[in-house]
Amino acid sequence: MLRYDSSGKPFIIIRDQDQKERLTGSEARKANILAAMTVANLMKTSIGPLGMDKILVDQDGEVTATNDGATILKNMQVENPIAKLLVELSQGQDDEIGDGTTSVVVFAGALLEESLSLLEKGIHPSKISEGYEKACDIAVQHLISICDKIEFDKEDCSSLIKAAKTSLGSKIVNQYTDKIAKISVEAVLAVADLERKDVRFDLIKLEGKTGGTLGQTELIDGIIIPKNFSHPQMPKQIKNAKIAILTCPFEPPKPKTGHKLDIDSVKKYKELLEIEQNYFKKMTDLVKKSGATVVLCQWGFDDEANHLLLQKELPAVRWVSGTDIELIAIATGARIVPRFSELTPKKLGKAGMVTEKSLGTTDEKMIVIEKCSNTKTVTILVKGGNKMVVEEGKRSIHDALCVTRNLIKDNRIVYGGGAVEISCSVALNKASKEIKGIEQYSIRAFSQALLSVPIALASNSGLNSLEAVSEIQLKQMKEEKPFFGIDCLSKGTSNMKEQNVFDTLRGKIQQFLLATQMAKMILKIDDIIRPTGQY
Amino acid sequence: MSTEAFQPARILNQGSTQEKAEGARLSNFIGAIALSDLISTTLGPKGMDKILQSPSNLLDSTITNDGATILGSIQISNAAAKILIEISKVQDDEIGDGTTSVVVLAGELLKEAEKLIHKRIHPQTIIKGFRLAKDIALKKLRSVSQDYSENQEELKKYLKKIAMTIFSTKILTPYKSLFADLAVDSILRLKGSTNLESIQILKKTGGLLKESYIEEGFVLDKKIGVGQPKRIENAKILVANTSMDYDKIKIFGSRVVVNSSSKLAEIEEEEKKKMLRKCQKIVDHGINVFINRQLIYNLPEQFFTDNGVMSIEHADFAGIERLSLVTGGEIVSTFDHPELVTLGTAKLIEEIMIGEDKLIRFSGCKEPSACTIILRGSSKQILDEAERSLHDGLAVLSQMVKNPKIVLGAGCTEIIMAQAIEEAAKETSGKIQIAMESFARALTRIPTIIANNAGYDAEQLVSELKTKHYKGNNTFGIDVMGGKVCDVQKIGVFESLLVKEGMLLKASEATEMILRVDTIMNSAPRRRGMN
Repeated sequence: MLRYDSSGKPFIIIRDQDQKERLTGSEARKANILAAMTVANLMKTSIGPLGMDKILVDQDGEVTATNDGATILKNMQVENPIAKLLVELSQGQDDEIGDGTTSVVVFAGALLEESLSLLEKGIHPSKISEGYEKACDIAVQHLISICDKIEFDKEDCSSLIKAAKTSLGSKIVNQYTDKIAKISVEAVLAVADLERKDVRFDLIKLEGKTGGTLGQTELIDGIIIPKNFSHPQMPKQIKNAKIAILTCPFEPPKPKTGHKLDIDSVKKYKELLEIEQNYFKKMTDLVKKSGATVVLCQWGFDDEANHLLLQKELPAVRWVSGTDIELIAIATGARIVPRFSELTPKKLGKAGMVTEKSLGTTDEKMIVIEKCSNTKTVTILVKGGNKMVVEEGKRSIHDALCVTRNLIKDNRIVYGGGAVEISCSVALNKASKEIKGIEQYSIRAFSQALLSVPIALASNSGLNSLEAVSEIQLKQMKEEKPFFGIDCLSKGTSNMKEQNVFDTLRGKIQQFLLATQMAKMILKIDDIIRPTGQY
Repeated sequence: MSTEAFQPARILNQGSTQEKAEGARLSNFIGAIALSDLISTTLGPKGMDKILQSPSNLLDSTITNDGATILGSIQISNAAAKILIEISKVQDDEIGDGTTSVVVLAGELLKEAEKLIHKRIHPQTIIKGFRLAKDIALKKLRSVSQDYSENQEELKKYLKKIAMTIFSTKILTPYKSLFADLAVDSILRLKGSTNLESIQILKKTGGLLKESYIEEGFVLDKKIGVGQPKRIENAKILVANTSMDYDKIKIFGSRVVVNSSSKLAEIEEEEKKKMLRKCQKIVDHGINVFINRQLIYNLPEQFFTDNGVMSIEHADFAGIERLSLVTGGEIVSTFDHPELVTLGTAKLIEEIMIGEDKLIRFSGCKEPSACTIILRGSSKQILDEAERSLHDGLAVLSQMVKNPKIVLGAGCTEIIMAQAIEEAAKETSGKIQIAMESFARALTRIPTIIANNAGYDAEQLVSELKTKHYKGNNTFGIDVMGGKVCDVQKIGVFESLLVKEGMLLKASEATEMILRVDTIMNSAPRRRGMN
């Protein structure tokens, strides 16, 4: 880019121009849209109960097999800036809602694809953006108008289980959906505060373990830490445990400053020896005096200290991770104590039972803390035949937990199986007729883009996708009911109310908003400058 | 996809690759099937072994027949193959045996699935059929298994037969009866615990495999200190983990600074005294045997000798944990309160000779479940393989005691399961039926491979076997030694239900996982020297 100033001297605006490539205007837009569509197309096959998985091999050759949109995108290592934006988009949906991370990307891709033809008609991108914005508003309004409410309480959570099942349906765990959906809902209800409609996720721990099958996944009332007692001869089971949580090591003190202790006489040597000998005794005495019966420590133990703990009948666990320590502290009502001298009976946590259990033929042990006094905490122990299945199981359960949480926060639902998308699309088509001007085109484009999700759903299910979608469209218009969707599993009815397939309203609204925002953002870009030779 | 202005719109990092749809499936199938083919020749009593050479040290080679060991040491870059390796590992951790069959079954299932995909059947449909088939097979498997939890005497007989079945596929074949006895004997001592820790396997080169034997009590591969008694009766044992070399003051940042050699000598003297005081404290426990995880230097050793205490140094961590378990003593690191310490006991401790090596034997221990199996063999490789085989057997047997359900081996159960699936498939309509039939076919492949490895006309044998089963002789299998179809109960080939269950469940789970994939994304390998 070269300009000349008033005296005719060249004036360089971009440095090293010869090493940069530049795209402007419609070309830039097209390049961006194509990149976004590439990502969206990649994700399309993962949608729905019959969607496929992806294997991701990371830099070190580790294998991840997953169906979760956010995980796929995160591990894909994209380089293209637009593709990166889509990764962020899916991440945003994951953070906010936890489910629907694939659909949001597919929808954003479809919005951009539709805008391509609008651009070719010569409609200005900001006009398209405006139209999309309006369409999104209408769609959200429509969503709210068609949503249903589900009722549940602590006793009757069958409706929540149904929602969790919809989320789990597309994952590898779908063989055991009934069981896993039940576990997820129970876990959430155990820690949920229904009054305040709040769920603290940090009270649910997901722990994976290879061995067995996914069907053996279980819900444990308490916390599991993958550690063992520091001395093999400590008791394996402690009832009515009082737990001291320490973040100071059972080790000789380390002066943090650079001081040196110099010993130059026998007397000094003896003195120091005495101090050292008493050091561990003092530590363990302090712990014992506080009345603790179990010690959890974030750091290591010296051999001597370890033995003293055994002698004082203080079962102890070392190298407990920071997050576990916090969780246990919340659950048992313990205070995390950074110095031995600050340990008092008040700062101890209480738990009904602490046990060490071993699993399988290898010597792997776990510590289970049950019946914690303070808050309910639960652990979901995910089992599976191999590491990858366990990891994917954990991700799927996380999604189901999110769905349940969202329903507790807001019990409004919309019907899945593409039903809402089709319903919104129909509504937008109707609305577009009453809107004047160019915006009409973008609203229609938006309505078309909405169909991308049901189309992908139908084609993944082996149906003639366009035909199936148009059939549902017709049916919805005729009967004016928003709950007809794609019958992916060939159950013989397209009534999603009967099939019990539904999503949270919040999740759907979020999907629409995020995808629209992203499409608008990408449409706004009209200039790409980058060093040559890259991608 | 390409844009007008650019080369293809690449969105991934440089060096990353992407395989899609058919390509991805193909690469998954090829990888997984190649791996299962590689290992399928080791299956069965007449399966062959493999030599594994480590890339770093060409002299360091392993000869084995154990699936988990083979798969654990080969370097694989194919994603699907990695999943198979993983299931084999988990099978090993959980049950101990069947590590080869689980991979072979998964491979056969994938081979069948590949054919179905060529017929344009959607992977999800195949998965559905496989799941159904798996459930039927599992149900059938459980229903034909026999439960011996009520009848301990019978169980013992069957334990030996199961052990013999396991060992008959390994290097221990010629002496399988001997080793089966060893394994059953040591497992029964555990009295239902699955803690294999208290069974110690000691390998000593020299002699022949058949000279292996079981030693009552515990044998420690260490030496007794110089000049100390070689035999102690009614031993009181202190098991410790403390430093007996130089016992420095552990307060950090302390150091000795002196300005004359006399002072140095004084401090040295003080240090010596400190060590001796510690030794005195130890002796004050009223012990006659002292075992330490760490080194014992000459000075304390001398002290112990003078006090008539036998001292054993450098018993590694597993060693002392086992010792404390066996003798009932606790592992001690401070010595100020002798009254609080539980000492270990043993009726007799003595030095014994095995081959040319001196070992220490602890007999009459508190924990009678402890025993040591001493393996003899002419080379390191033989011993290693024998140990692996023995471990497989012990692992399965220990699980058996907990869950004493037995099924027939020799390919009999596979055929029963396959026929149950075929039966059910007849009543299932739709494409699922084809998938179920494929599952059944994959199961029948296992006896076929076993017969094949033995050099028989496998197809002939298996078809004969199938006919027998159709006629209602549900106890028939293939006698690999005789090369004919016969009643399995007569040749006494029994297997644990757990092994078969694990094989079925894990193989179908892994197959499902691989079938569900339609895209593989490979990240660019981490560049060396980046960090």
